[in-house]
Amino acid sequence: MTERTAEPENPEQAGPDLLYSEAEEDLRAAVRSLLAARCDPADLVLRTESAEPYDPALWKSLGADMGAAGLLVPEELGGQGASAREAAVVLEELGRAVAPAPYLTSAVIAAEALLGSGAAADGETGRLLAGLAAGRNTAALALPWSTAPGAPLATTVRAAADGALTGRVTGVADAAHADVLLVPAAGPDGPGLYAVDREAAGVTVTPRVPLDLTRPLADAALDGAPARLVAGPDEAEAAVRRALLAGAGLLASEQLGIAEWCLAETVRYLRERHQFNRPVGSFQALKHRLARIWLELVSARAAARAAADALATGSQDGPVAVAVAQAYCSPVAVHAAEECVQLHGGIGMTWEHPAHLYLKRAKADATALGTAGRHREALAGLVDLPAPAG
Amino acid sequence: MPRTTESAQHPADTDTAGLRSRVRDLLAAHDPATTPRDTFLRARFDAGLAWVHFPEGLGGLGAPRALQSVVDAELEAAGAPDNDPRRIGIGLGMAAPTILKYGTEEQKQRFLRPLWTGEEVWCQLFSEPGAGSDLAALATRAVRDGDSEDAGWTVDGQKVWTSQAHLARWAILIARTDPDAPKHRGISYFVCDMTDPGVEVRPLRQITGEAEFNEVFLTGVRIPDSHRLGAVGEGWKVAQTTLNNERVAIGGGRIPREGGMIGKAAATWRERPELRTHDLHQRLLGLWVEAEAARLAAVRLGQQLTAGHPGPEGAGIKLAFARLAQEISGLEVELLADEGLTYQDWTMTRPQHVNFTGRDAGYRYLRAKGNSIEGGTSEVLLNIVAERVLGLPAEPRTDKDVPWKELAR
Ligand SMILES: Cc1cc2nc3c(=O)[nH]c(=O)nc-3n(C[C@H](O)[C@H](O)[C@H](O)COP(=O)(O)OP(=O)(O)OC[C@H]3O[C@@H](n4cnc5c(N)ncnc54)[C@H](O)[C@@H]3O)c2cc1C
Repeated sequence: MTERTAEPENPEQAGPDLLYSEAEEDLRAAVRSLLAARCDPADLVLRTESAEPYDPALWKSLGADMGAAGLLVPEELGGQGASAREAAVVLEELGRAVAPAPYLTSAVIAAEALLGSGAAADGETGRLLAGLAAGRNTAALALPWSTAPGAPLATTVRAAADGALTGRVTGVADAAHADVLLVPAAGPDGPGLYAVDREAAGVTVTPRVPLDLTRPLADAALDGAPARLVAGPDEAEAAVRRALLAGAGLLASEQLGIAEWCLAETVRYLRERHQFNRPVGSFQALKHRLARIWLELVSARAAARAAADALATGSQDGPVAVAVAQAYCSPVAVHAAEECVQLHGGIGMTWEHPAHLYLKRAKADATALGTAGRHREALAGLVDLPAPAG
Repeated sequence: MPRTTESAQHPADTDTAGLRSRVRDLLAAHDPATTPRDTFLRARFDAGLAWVHFPEGLGGLGAPRALQSVVDAELEAAGAPDNDPRRIGIGLGMAAPTILKYGTEEQKQRFLRPLWTGEEVWCQLFSEPGAGSDLAALATRAVRDGDSEDAGWTVDGQKVWTSQAHLARWAILIARTDPDAPKHRGISYFVCDMTDPGVEVRPLRQITGEAEFNEVFLTGVRIPDSHRLGAVGEGWKVAQTTLNNERVAIGGGRIPREGGMIGKAAATWRERPELRTHDLHQRLLGLWVEAEAARLAAVRLGQQLTAGHPGPEGAGIKLAFARLAQEISGLEVELLADEGLTYQDWTMTRPQHVNFTGRDAGYRYLRAKGNSIEGGTSEVLLNIVAERVLGLPAEPRTDKDVPWKELAR
């Protein structure tokens, strides 16, 4: 997947590939047309308050039939053998549609955690991963959704020698609908990553009322819940960090998609909406605000592509590229969504108009997987811009 | 799955390997250690290695533009002299693409080689006291000397903010040839001889203390018709090529991480721990992220150009760089505390180079103020983005179809 036509020593070609390949554009077109047909924003507003925030049929079409759930998983482990570049394109489209689908949590973060746990085709972990890759099952990494890739992993769950888990994790994204929870826990030999069925005895998952209506949150209480060790002390922490890094890096693409929808929709509305006998979009004060968002999108796209490419190629620069993408794209999505609400006037404040779904997603995404400020602090260490002493 | 597509087909001898072998031939015939600079640069031009994407015979080989960096890197490694691009940026970035697109064969042959070698410096006589953002309102007149087909022109008027005019041999000039036409339609585009006795260049001192730009008075300046670029009355269209390339020249380019203004501030931060404060740390990290994202956007634009899919991102990148240069240099002045209160030298000089990242922090802070004015102000560029990229409606206008001479001034 990383075949390149130019010679590596050509400085014009060195560094990340920030464009979209033809295959990536084809994938985008397929996902976009599925979402256009099956994930209408008006229906979404209704669905968010129903008992079933996810549309299982949509997830089956996207994750299983289209194969999107397995993009990050090698073919020999039951996936599509693509890379973070392709997954990023899927996330751009999911962001553009604020689609409620467990893609980021299951197909990216949980899958990466299992890949980092040395999943083999013939083992239990491999079977679990194959189920995720096929879109048959979903899993959620049981950490608070705000956890940054570099944050200290203070586990609130303890594992007994037989793997039984006890403890509590709050604010886990997509936990209420996941088949399996991947739980970082303190085991008898040190930190471990454990898999527990959500339906198992001793597991209580309590939905929270989320700010972002399109990505449910839940608390998981574990009371001697039977679990299986997926990664032991040697691997667990690295597996979790790998998963969070991939999640944070690809979240930037989702944020890009959110911002794109907000800009396009606001431009469309302001070209039509007339006040003072002219289109509101002809007032320079508003044109400049929209042009500024477009500018931010230009850089956000480059930063998000750089992160996806670094993850895809396993570049040494991955942690920097991810931190830059998160630090840059989080505020861009929030800015675009806030302007979308403001520039729609009264209609932007209504429950009926989908702008609020984008605002809520954008604002929640800005905290998810580490705030922009956390990622900037990470950069202080990564690029040697140390904080003042004392 | 190839991700990088080359738009233009090019013969095998202008691919990377072919270019390398041409560089070797050039170096074999003209040892940089013993060949005088101008001789070497002329030979490089004649070998088609000046700007490889230009046509053969005009300093190029019709090769993909992206391969220029291969040539530049090889020649640099061999210790060959370069053409000091910072001294001749207006010629390279603006005059050359316009001459290439609109010039006659004779004009291309006459002007491009000494332009590229730097033997002849160019400047841009566009802005006037009464015509800046609204450049099409310009009042400098060019009047035909008689009625014959090839009659020359006499030019009278005043230009202003003309960078490098004090060094220039030639200028690209736009002047009004038909005051009865609406303003965009009565303009023609010329090459002006800066040694003409009617050209007077006076330095204009800038807020940095030095005079990079000038005011230029044109009094009875004679221009032969063979120095007109494009048709009479089509000068506005020709000027668009110049202005679009100006924005590419100012906004584009490949830079390494920390290559621009942020590198200066980051270096100061690393070298001077005693200056660090928490507030500055937060702001520095924020600007570092923005600078890196803008740099990646420029890299991406370069990749789009290479792949043959130029996007409208150039205007955006110029805007981002201008703002970041200003904020970062401003931060550095604060970071330097007492030292930031001093300034290297206010002496009025007329520099040879445009210098954005040189001298001290105070200079950089002041020079960066021009970044959001030169080459189209940031306000005007935001208008362009809003209207041409986003398709938002134009503001109502009163100046479009009225003869120029009836407009308010
Ligand atoms: C360092 C430097 C070097 C330069 N070099 C050259 C050169 O070599 N050759 C050359 O020809 N010119 C040169 N210029 C001139 C430059 O292109 C003009 O200064 C610029 O186009 C602005 O024109 P103006 O100065 O007349 O400002 P004005 O057009 O009078 O603008 C005044 C203010 O009004 C704003 N404004 C104007 N119109 C609008 C609008 N429609 N909407 C919103 N805001 C608006 C502007 O953004 C600005 O803030 C240079 C300028 C600088 C600073």
